[in-house]
Amino acid sequence: MNGPFDFTLALGDDALIAAQRLAEWTTRAPEMEEDIALANIALDQLGAARLLLTYAGELEGAGRDEDALAYQRGDREFRNCLLVELPNGDFAVTMAKLLFLAAYQVPLYTALAGCADERLAAIGAKARKESAYHLDHASLWVRRLGDGTEESHRRMQAAVDQVWPYTAELFTPDPTAPVDPAGLRAEFDATVAAILTAATLTRPETGWTPGGGRDGVHTEHLSYLLAEMQVLHRAHPGARW
Amino acid sequence: MYGNDFGTTDDAPGGGLLGEVEAAETALREAAARQRRGAPASADDLAGYFDEVVAADQKIEPRDWMPEAYRRTLIRQIAQHAHSEIIGMQPEGNWISRAPSLKRKAILLAKVQDEAGHGLYLYAAAETLGISRDELVEMLLNGRQKYSSIFNYPTLTWADVGAIGWLVDGAAIVNQVPLCRCSYGPYARAMIRVCKEESFHQRQGYEILHTLSHGTPAQKAMAQDAVDRWWYPSLAMFGPPDGESTHSTQSMAWKIKRFSNDELRQRFVDMCVQQAEILGLTIPDPDLRWNDERQAYDYTQPDYDELMRVISGDGPCNRERMAHRRRAHEEGAWVREAAAAYAAKRAAEQKETVAA
Repeated sequence: MNGPFDFTLALGDDALIAAQRLAEWTTRAPEMEEDIALANIALDQLGAARLLLTYAGELEGAGRDEDALAYQRGDREFRNCLLVELPNGDFAVTMAKLLFLAAYQVPLYTALAGCADERLAAIGAKARKESAYHLDHASLWVRRLGDGTEESHRRMQAAVDQVWPYTAELFTPDPTAPVDPAGLRAEFDATVAAILTAATLTRPETGWTPGGGRDGVHTEHLSYLLAEMQVLHRAHPGARW
Repeated sequence: MYGNDFGTTDDAPGGGLLGEVEAAETALREAAARQRRGAPASADDLAGYFDEVVAADQKIEPRDWMPEAYRRTLIRQIAQHAHSEIIGMQPEGNWISRAPSLKRKAILLAKVQDEAGHGLYLYAAAETLGISRDELVEMLLNGRQKYSSIFNYPTLTWADVGAIGWLVDGAAIVNQVPLCRCSYGPYARAMIRVCKEESFHQRQGYEILHTLSHGTPAQKAMAQDAVDRWWYPSLAMFGPPDGESTHSTQSMAWKIKRFSNDELRQRFVDMCVQQAEILGLTIPDPDLRWNDERQAYDYTQPDYDELMRVISGDGPCNRERMAHRRRAHEEGAWVREAAAAYAAKRAAEQKETVAA
């Protein structure tokens, strides 16, 4: 990554793709209260994405607004981490993804709130409160599922095992960025360790560490997600909505 | 809020009806302030007391005696209303992933979230009548209770999201505004809250159609096509014509319903004509015209045979909507069981701590 534009774009893409995945749960959640909660978290992520992409467009100075950035880039131009583009899977996979994302976004946005760039600082100050709620919600469910029934424990552990490798990418060092992601690792590890222990779950060993999202080299999932997200916008070039 | 980040337009719908909701809210407060006699004169006089409360436009509350048929009618109606909110999330939810701008995506997501909230609120109102949400959901899933016929129609284009807001939410508001004065207190209060948000949703739908009809030729055609498909199903939402409506007479006597199906349908048509003109869209009824004598629009009735087919399960999406709801319920069972097991463990720990 290089400079504040790439950094801002990457964070905006994380939030946008996370919102798109979470919104897929609407009408499908295990209980009505959870339908509301997941839609609420998706809305928060989408709100952060809009602020970040709008600002990224301004930093770039090429006249691209939030919609141009969201709807008119192909998958090779997206800079989100792989974690957020993974399919939702069952409810345990979704909660594992949300736990790791929120445990990363809380220290990230907190650090951002104190950074020298005023716009990023304001976005960070707003988003960290929302991320704290997301972390709380995910950790509650990870505990319920981990320490619930045998079946839910099995599924929650499998979900953590499946998703864990994708967390390494989040902390790839970038000393030029307004907040170096490498510096967030310790707080993330401490948060996650405490929650997994309380949930009677085991943190997998770090071995395979897939990456590439920040360079636009994604999993096979992202192109399908974008095809769906962008289909209508791309079918009507130049239209207002 | 994400939902209201667009400006107010004076020509947008909902103003007059929202005023009625506010008037109903005031009336509700006044009724509560009026000194109602504390209790029935004697145990024998329960029915007389009930009639008196209804006649005086006071509210029946959960603790009050009520005729068994009144209780049953209300459970049926409120449950059907709650089910409609929950099933009604599906046709619009269908377009969240494809919404054409981030702002529209946020507004739609917030709207569908509101609907889930309305569902929960209405189930809670039904529960005050002595039935549990689990029982009601069970009756929805096994087909013993219905939801609004309108949600069995498919959303085929983005403009359908606008048409649902303008026409379907519009019809719902016309239907529900009088329910803000319904004799059962918890239902009336739920309706006041629901109507305020619905009115907001209706304006959002109207705004979507307005933008489309003033956009490219393809967008305008998309808007007209959506109105063509949603107009008659929306008219049918008011139910069968007065002569064939089974629950109407008793519900009106009990002040659950305040107007007949046909009266409300007429009101809806009269409201929509002007709005369609501002939108620049055509209502798909060649016989729609102003009747000076009646001071109302003459219009072509919806196909009530089609309505009956849809209600009895043979609409375009009945099977899909129910299958989707059942699948979400079944696939979520292990999660609900986990939550219950976790809560039970914590309760047991709590007990041990107290005992020790």
